[in-house]
Amino acid sequence: MKLSRIAVLALVLCAAAALGFGQSIELVGAGATFPAPFYTKLFDEYNKQFGVKVNYQAIGSGGGQTQLKNKTVDFGASDVVVTDENAKSFPMPFLSIPMVAGSVVITYNLPGSPELKLTPDIVADIFLGTIKKWNDGRIVALNPSVKLPNTAMTVVHRSDGSGTTAVFSDYLAKVSADWKTRVGVGQSLNWPVGVGGKGNPGVAGLVKQLPGGVGYVELIYALQNNMPYALLKNKSGAFIKASLASTSEAANVTIPVDVTKVSLTDSDAAAGYPISTFTWLLVYAEQNYDNRPKAKVEAMMKMIWWMTHEGQQYAEVLSYAKLPKAVVDKAEAILRAVTYGGAPVLK
Amino acid sequence: MLGGIAVSVLLIAIFFSLLLSSRSALVANGFRFLTGATWDPVTDTFQSLPFVIGTLLTSLVALVIATVLSLALGVLMGEYFRSGLFAGIMRTAVELLAGIPSVVYGFIGLFFFVPAVRVIQTAIGAPPYGVGIFTSALLLAFMILPYSASIGREMISLVPADLKEAALSLGATPSETIWKVTLPYARSGILGGVLLSLGRALGETMAVTMVIGNSNSLTFDILGPGNTMASVIANEFSEASSNVYLGSLIEIALLLFVISTLINIAGKIVVNRMAAV
Amino acid sequence: MRRSGASPPRIDSGVAARVRGDFAFRGLVLVLSLIATIPLLLILAFIIVRGASSINWQFITELPKPMGEPGGGISNAIVGTLLLVVIATVVSVPLGVIAGIFLSERGKSRLGSVVRISVETLMGIPSIVLGIVAYVWIVRPMGHFSALSGGLSLAMIMLPVITLSTEETLLMIPVTLREAALALGVSYPRTIMRVILPAGMSGIITGVLLAVARSAGETAPLLFTAFGNPFMTVNIFKPMASLPQTIFNYATSPYPEWQSLAWGAAFVLLVIVLTLNVVTKLVTSRWKIQF
Repeated sequence: MKLSRIAVLALVLCAAAALGFGQSIELVGAGATFPAPFYTKLFDEYNKQFGVKVNYQAIGSGGGQTQLKNKTVDFGASDVVVTDENAKSFPMPFLSIPMVAGSVVITYNLPGSPELKLTPDIVADIFLGTIKKWNDGRIVALNPSVKLPNTAMTVVHRSDGSGTTAVFSDYLAKVSADWKTRVGVGQSLNWPVGVGGKGNPGVAGLVKQLPGGVGYVELIYALQNNMPYALLKNKSGAFIKASLASTSEAANVTIPVDVTKVSLTDSDAAAGYPISTFTWLLVYAEQNYDNRPKAKVEAMMKMIWWMTHEGQQYAEVLSYAKLPKAVVDKAEAILRAVTYGGAPVLK
Repeated sequence: MLGGIAVSVLLIAIFFSLLLSSRSALVANGFRFLTGATWDPVTDTFQSLPFVIGTLLTSLVALVIATVLSLALGVLMGEYFRSGLFAGIMRTAVELLAGIPSVVYGFIGLFFFVPAVRVIQTAIGAPPYGVGIFTSALLLAFMILPYSASIGREMISLVPADLKEAALSLGATPSETIWKVTLPYARSGILGGVLLSLGRALGETMAVTMVIGNSNSLTFDILGPGNTMASVIANEFSEASSNVYLGSLIEIALLLFVISTLINIAGKIVVNRMAAV
Repeated sequence: MRRSGASPPRIDSGVAARVRGDFAFRGLVLVLSLIATIPLLLILAFIIVRGASSINWQFITELPKPMGEPGGGISNAIVGTLLLVVIATVVSVPLGVIAGIFLSERGKSRLGSVVRISVETLMGIPSIVLGIVAYVWIVRPMGHFSALSGGLSLAMIMLPVITLSTEETLLMIPVTLREAALALGVSYPRTIMRVILPAGMSGIITGVLLAVARSAGETAPLLFTAFGNPFMTVNIFKPMASLPQTIFNYATSPYPEWQSLAWGAAFVLLVIVLTLNVVTKLVTSRWKIQF
């Protein structure tokens, strides 16, 4: 009696599973929260236009790399190119395709949400824990018209493996020798101070709630949550506010032959925001692994092509900078290099 | 008959799976895994002390709060209100507490306890994190409360009536009887309940990870952020990039498995001994 | 003027203090007990107030929208939790009931003690550790996340609960029932299937429902097994959303729209879990078999 009921249930489940095989193309991706608002908008639009479903889980750049390495996802998303050392542990060669450019801003929670000017060394000292209060002399000197309170600073950083962290620490290592030696560069760091939030949304959420909190997030997260962010002094000496324009300026660099070696941090551009970065999609170079159906691979490559071309129109409204033409050309070359059974997928 | 053995086989398989999956890390980290305080994925240095201490601190603070509250509940339901409507309501309330999922506790933690603790911290001049070891210990206390309360109530009701009546007839007030006769008698059973609750507290993941502040440095500051073994696994597992990183997280899971099993066994032994008397 | 000998005996001041202390103690116990129930009241208050306002037809039938956009629903999470629980139940109930039968029959033997310790140890394993085990056993070899792996990790959580409650139920059935069947010539397996199990059915179902209530709320093991899915799917070999994971993701986000989705999801989850808990209480008290 009981057994037969269980058997029926099992049959129903198998039927459901079988039904699942007949559905439209579904892709699974995982990775960075930095571009997640842009990607989820793109996937939504692509689904409306072409019917392909994309399940994107924003678990951080580290998660995207690991899940691609474990072949549990079709593509990974990462704000930083995988280091050569890490790349060795991947089972097969993979390619990194630039998708869009964004900026990391320093956001904070102060009464009145004032717009603050900060210099690189101040930012480094805040996150090193050397500067502990908002009315520190150095900050006051830069912002004489702002009434800075005697509140303690609470640093908020990422608790998960983050490309945003990697970009931010890359910048800090360039501008602060102290940071370089004491903390270094990476997706997960041994932070000297602060509390950790999960993903860009987690950091934004914590800073939003913590009086005196200060953290680093992608520009769109500060904008969508009406949070103030600092003007940062760039290499040329100007105080730049992160925006579509300043990100595009920073992205307008000479692209090296190997586009993955490009770095936008501490930009030379006169009006460029100093903590900008491209963000990447990672796929295996040879797509015929684990019996991946050709139709699925074609669908995925077409989608990524669309994302780097027609999809770019959705970037600016979310304050991400479109890929410069030179970068799009490079992206096309990389996309054409993806093969299925040796033959290029895209013509 | 096979069914029974299957469970034991499952348990052994779990243990060995954890052991095998973490072997690269076991070798690489060595003994310093247990004694060192640096968790640095940049240099591939993985040492578990910050999380072990974090787990112990949150659990112990939670235990203190929970023991006081569950003793009160145990006395209330074991002595003063053994039956009746009020007893029924309290019992149902405590049992419902046990059924609430961890993530819902974490949610309430974020929206009620964190701002509340922040108010307290501002009042005493400490940094107003809101999140931190104390907040998660507070949540934990309420989560493990039902277990220690029900065991406590049982232990208290097991105290022989003639002992209590002897005290009362000698002129002790009811509360003095409870304080000086009942509780000391049930002491070891209550201790067993405490140990079992500790076992449960060690493994709590979601509520803790939502309010503990996720700071991987070794700290003893209860009002500040920290991290526990379960919480760091939840945060970092899906993105551990290198084999040693992943293996180290599994090593923490193994450590957690061993510690909670030992505490649970200890608790069961103590409770069984009390109930057998 | 009072005449000595006619005045009422004075209560010794020491005793008076002790009586006051007794009163204070009782008051303290009551106050502390009520404090212990505060979170329950808080949770019910917050979730009912904030969650109920999020529930509308759109909430139950729609899928979540991209980050920062208003609207959307949690239909995929509701279906996901149901499917995950079904998978977990299908796997854990047969094994759990059989193990429970074994323990009720041979619980006192050497092997029985070993099994019992195994079951109790399994019960004490943190759910996140079981999630890792499911990841190593199923997700990695399979190559992708799936509802199947999530369901199996939940099954490992449910198994010891079902085993122990089955054992407890069966132990309450008088041994005369079994002996009568055996004396009438019924074979041992048949005795179990046709006599013992039906007699203990309500208790076993209670145990299953309690285990279901527990696993429906589990989040940690699902983080890297079922993984989550912004779309609706009933394919158990694909990643799947679930109510607890939705709550976790949305509660910790800064977007007010997502936070109200989380309140609504928490409301739905609480309704499911608390209903199960209350129903099992009623079942046990009403249908207890009278011998």
